[in-house]
Order: sequence, then C-alpha cells, then structure tokens
Amino acid sequence: MNEKKELLLQVKHLEVTFGNRSHKFRAVDDVSFDIYKGETFGLVGESGSGKTTIGRAIIRINPISGGEILYKGERISGKISRKKDKALTRQIQMIFQDPMASLNERAKVDYIVSEGLYSGEHRPSEGDRKKAVEESLSDVGLLPEFSSRFPHEFSGGQRQRIGIARALIMEPEFIIADEPISALDVSIRAQVLNLLSRLQKERGLTYLFIAHDLSVMRFITDRIAVIHKGRLVELCDTERLFAAPLHPYTQALLSAIPLPDPISEKKKKLLVYDPSIHKYEDNPPTWTEIEPGHFILANEPELEKYRRQLEKLG
Amino acid sequence: MDTKQEVILSVRDLEVKFNLRGKVLHAIRGVSLDLYKGESLAIVGESGSGKSVFVKTFMGLLDSNGYVSGGSIEYDGKNLAQYTQDKQWRNIRGGQIAMVLQDPMTSLNPLKTVGKQICEALKLHRNMPKKQMKDAAIEILRDVGIPEPEKRFSQYPHEFSGGMRQRVVIAIAVACNPKILICDEPTTALDVTIQAQILHLLKELKEKYDLTTIYITHDLGVVANVADRIAVMYAGDIVEIGTCEEVFYNPQHPYTWALLSSLPQLGVKGQELFSIKGTPPNLFYHVEGDAFAPRNPQALNIDFKERPPYFEVSPTHKARTWLLDPRAPKVEPPESIRNIRNLKPLLNPDFVKTAAGGASDE
Ligand SMILES: Nc1ncnc2c1ncn2[C@@H]1O[C@H](COP(=O)(O)OP(=O)(O)OP(=O)(O)O)[C@@H](O)[C@H]1O
Ligand SMILES: Nc1ncnc2c1ncn2[C@@H]1O[C@H](COP(=O)(O)OP(=O)(O)OP(=O)(O)O)[C@@H](O)[C@H]1O
Ligand SMILES: [Mg+2]
Ligand SMILES: [Mg+2]
Repeated sequence: MNEKKELLLQVKHLEVTFGNRSHKFRAVDDVSFDIYKGETFGLVGESGSGKTTIGRAIIRINPISGGEILYKGERISGKISRKKDKALTRQIQMIFQDPMASLNERAKVDYIVSEGLYSGEHRPSEGDRKKAVEESLSDVGLLPEFSSRFPHEFSGGQRQRIGIARALIMEPEFIIADEPISALDVSIRAQVLNLLSRLQKERGLTYLFIAHDLSVMRFITDRIAVIHKGRLVELCDTERLFAAPLHPYTQALLSAIPLPDPISEKKKKLLVYDPSIHKYEDNPPTWTEIEPGHFILANEPELEKYRRQLEKLG
Repeated sequence: MDTKQEVILSVRDLEVKFNLRGKVLHAIRGVSLDLYKGESLAIVGESGSGKSVFVKTFMGLLDSNGYVSGGSIEYDGKNLAQYTQDKQWRNIRGGQIAMVLQDPMTSLNPLKTVGKQICEALKLHRNMPKKQMKDAAIEILRDVGIPEPEKRFSQYPHEFSGGMRQRVVIAIAVACNPKILICDEPTTALDVTIQAQILHLLKELKEKYDLTTIYITHDLGVVANVADRIAVMYAGDIVEIGTCEEVFYNPQHPYTWALLSSLPQLGVKGQELFSIKGTPPNLFYHVEGDAFAPRNPQALNIDFKERPPYFEVSPTHKARTWLLDPRAPKVEPPESIRNIRNLKPLLNPDFVKTAAGGASDE
C-alpha cells in the first residue's frame, strides 16, 4: 500500500445489541478498526460472529447501542441530517450475502438494478435510468436484454452479478461485499472476484469484504480483521497475518482451510480453538497494537508470550 | 488400494432424462461406475453437471418429471434401475443407502425432538426394542460429536446451530445402519472450521460403522482430505476417474485441469484468478463430441465431432479425452496445477510450535 494513507471509514468501540431488556444479546462488542481509501479490508470469522451486523451498522440498517462510526471524518452513526443520509446512501453500498434471497423475485432485473436511483436527490429521467441500467449490467458482464427478465431465470453467479450491478449503479465510493462468493460454484467465484478487483482498479473503490474463507481472502485483501463472537481478536496486514498469526482463533481458522493436496492435507493438523485457555477473570484482555499495524486482543501475560514469538520470527 | 476389491454397487451406461415443458433434458449421458466396498468416493464438478441427479437414482429420489431411460444399477443382486414403486425402494432407502443433504433444515422435522427422530430411524431399520433405543440414540449423538447428548436428546432442531444440525442429520443417517452413505455437499452451508470438523467426523464414522461413502462437492479442496477416489463430472458424464493422488497430481482431462486451476489456493496475489470461460452445454440439445470442447482453448478438431472413449492411464485411472489417443499432439497441463504438490499449509507449523500453549490439538 502507498505511504499517504487517507482514512475513509473509522469504526470506534462499536456495539450492537439485539433483543429486549430481559433477553439482551450483544452481537458486536467494542469493535474498532479503520479502513483507508482504495484498500480492500477483509472481515473474517465463523457463522454468527457478527460480520453482517457490522456491515449493516455501517449502512445504518442496524441501530448501534454504543460507539460511533465516522466516514471521511464525519459521524454517520446515530441521528444525521436527511441530506447527509441521502448522500451516504449513494456513497456506501452493500452487496448482500445471499443472492437467492436478496433479490425481489417479482420485480424485473431492470427495476431491481435501478431501485436505488429512485430514492436519490434527483430522480433520473426514464432515458437516463435505462442507460444507467444498461451500463451497469455491462460492467458486470451481463447482456442488456437481461433487464426484462426475472431473477429466478438466472444462475447463481448471474444473480450475484445482478446484486453487484445494483450497487454499482449508485456510483459508490465504498462497497461492503458480504460473502459475495460463498454460495457460488468455484468456476463462477473466480469470475466475480476478478470483476470486483477490476472495478477497484478502474474506479479506485474501497471494499469491506466479509467472508469466512481465508484462502480467498489472501488474494484480494490488503488487511484482515478476525472476529470471534462479536469481538475482534486480531487485525493485521494480510501477508503478515498469514506469516505471524498470533491469536489461537486465527490459527484455528488457518488450520481449517482445506489444502488441495492429498498428501499434505491428510497429514495436516487441525487446530480447534478453545476459548477457556484464556485466563481473563482477573486479567481482562485489551485491544493492543503489538507491532506496527498488528492489533491483538490479549492480556499482559499473553502479550508477553506473543512478543517472544514475534522476536523469534524476526 | 487393494486390487481385488469387492464391488458393492455397479452402474452401467446410465441415462437419465427430464421432461420439462414439452422438451427433454438429458441429464445423465451414459455413466458407468463401480463403487468398491469400504471406499470413499468423491464426485466433483460444477453446478448442473449432474452430481445430485446421478446419486438420486440409487435411492429412487428423482423428481417426478425425471426417469432412468437406459442402463442398469446393480446392488445386492438387484437392478435398481428397474424399480418403479415406492414399495421396492423402501428396503433400500435409509437401511441400505442413506443420504445427507446440503441444507440440514430440509432433512429434519422441526416439530419433533432430535432424539425422537433418531429413535424412529433405529426402530425402522434396526428393529431395536424400545428400552434400548434411548441409550443407543444418545450413543450415536455422542459419536457425531454433540456435547451433552443426554440433554440434547430432548431438544428440537431449531435449538441447534447450523453445524450441530448437520451433525444431527448425520446421526439420523447413521442410525439407519446403511451400507452406503451419500453426502451431497454436506458442508457447503457451513464455515470452514465447522466444515473441517464435519469431514473429520465423517471419516471416523466410516471406520466405526464400516460404511462406503460418496461425497458430492464442487470444491476440489474439500475432497483432498476425504476421498480415496475422485470422479470428475461434466455435463452429465464422468470425464475422468482415478485415485485421489492420480487426479490431483496427474490429471488428464482438460476439464479437470480447469477445475484444479480454479482453486483459490493456487492464485497469485495481484494477478487475475483463473476462471473457466463460457458456460456448460445446454442439455436440451444433443451434445456433439467432447462436451467441454467449446470452453477449451486448446480443443482439437476431433473434440467437436466425436465423443472420446475412455483411455486408460493406469488400472485405476481413466479419462475421456482425445488427448490420450496415441495420435494426439502433446498438450501440457497448465503450469499452475503442477504447483499442487508444493502447496504449503496456510498455517506455518513451525510458527505455531514457538507458542507455548496456543490452540490445542484436536
Ligand atoms: N435482527 C436480529 N435480531 C436478533 N439477533 C440477530 C439479528 N441479526 C443478527 N442477530 C444475531 O447476531 C449474531 C451475529 O449475526 P450476523 O448475521 O452478524 O453473523 P455473521 O457473522 O454475518 O454470520 P454468517 O457468517 O452466518 O453470515 C448472531 O447470533 C445472530 O443470530
Ligand atoms: N426436476 C428437474 N427438472 C428438470 N431438470 C432438472 C431437474 N432436476 C435436475 N435437472 C437438471 O439436471 C441437471 C443436473 O442437475 P444436478 O442437480 O444433478 O446438478 P449438480 O451437479 O448436483 O449441481 P449443484 O452443484 O448445483 O447441486 C441440471 O441441468 C439440472 O438443471
Ligand atoms: Mg453474515
Ligand atoms: Mg447438487
């Protein structure tokens, strides 16, 4: 990454709670991270760890119960003006997790893709709207004729691209891509990933990329944050994270990635994360920058151990 | 592998068709396969290649608009391809051949406790007296790695997480005491840590219950761990079959090459990931020649005209590609897939060793 990093998004001590007073459930707990302009920031963690909830908090679908979120230095969480709300809706777009469930089955592609434009400040003329739909469909490699079809008439990969087209039509600066490839066939996965990285180069887009598969994340992200049960446990440059994964949960995630080599895979050791190894009762953990750009959730004795490990690695 | 293996299920020249709005879709186009007792076979191939349809014919589970239009399926001296009535299938389903599906919720009854569902399977397929059933069910729940099985016995499916539900589905399948266990994308809906645990579990159960297993997946990475043999399907046909090592280290069919090249683990940062161009053939029409030819940049002329036969690479390895014909020009597999042998685990074991404590071994 380049030297002069420009901050785009800041998430500070974010907390999201669900449920009522008697059944309170904290899905996101004291989560802090920054995203720089032009980078691809990865968020990984197991099912239910709160990844989607963070994405939805940023686009202001999920109300937050603590902390704040800044975009280009300005607060975007909590109460904001109508005007700012409209501008943000354009600038930040989310590609939703399930391409099967997130598209309106009864609407044609033409409407689905341009739906966001109707809510903008200036409604486009019918001609401009049609042109924009055509352009964004072609951006994602779909034919203009497809606009008169219904979602169920497409394959999984095509539906995922419809989801991307509807985000692109808003000409966003920042895209939250929630597991955009998990449901897809391997051959289509590569197509969608290549498309996202091409668009990033052409338009200088910034991505928050949510996934549970670290093998894919390795090739597309600049930095990765690992989340476990609503808390970040480690955050680091991608290459460094693979070279020096400190947190036992990060290690367990890495060990679980299938290795497509029968001999080494059959010898591979699977690590299972057991949270009870942490002795946090008297000595709670803090979110600490252990080396430049490498953050970890740990208490003092653990930090000491991690520092020794890093020293040995050199 | 052993050379004198007992064949438990034998498929010959199987054809499956579907009637759809007055047209006929040819989903399985002449597939033969011998399944060996005690082996673990993986069937891989992209979406729509016919993996699920193929195995559904072993249990009479084709949708009502589908039918076997040719070939045979020999099991235990009977030809399953000729079964027409549910009554005939009743002896096969569950008790002989059981299936675990991708989405655990669709295979569980939300209104019955997990324990009850396992007991029903035990009663039906093992003729077990009522008194013993509860203990046996708890034992199976423990075998599939569910903590506190006594408590879980009386809970409902919605009280389990996705990964735990899949374990319950596996428990029910195992309770039927099948000879063959088919797992259709058993882990696609799960995240990688849970996926790895379930695959590990299936391997253990296979030994304990003496099962023959078939895994279906579109992810080649998953099968390196579990498969003795791999069958690669494309457009309703097995285009290559061999031992796990043969298919990974010495693949022959251009489609297998493409599938291996798509593995994200082979990608190089900053470069485009490999993707297979084009789309699979439309199975409403007759497929001419090698079905993969239109998507294969190096296809030979004959690939567009004549369907290749199987060529034997070794006694356990064969592929349907004209490239193996002695007259064919020499075409090398792509460079990248030769790196498969040199893949390093993503987690550097030496680094983990430097940590005193850390994550514990399984
Ligand atoms: N609207 C809601 N009401 C109540 N609980 C919710 C709601 N949305 C999410 N949760 C809970 O919050 C937790 C985090 O959910 P989230 O969807 O963010 O997980 P995730 O990391 O995206 O998981 P996955 O990988 O399965 O998509 C889960 O326990 C979930 O059940
Ligand atoms: N009931 C049906 N009617 C018509 N066509 C069908 C039916 N069921 C399956 N097919 C077709 O048969 C072919 C093979 O489908 P199958 O479900 O076996 O694919 P698959 O390899 O299991 O794919 P996936 O990885 O997506 O599960 C596809 O072209 C599919 O559209
Ligand atoms: Mg999610
Ligand atoms: Mg299938």
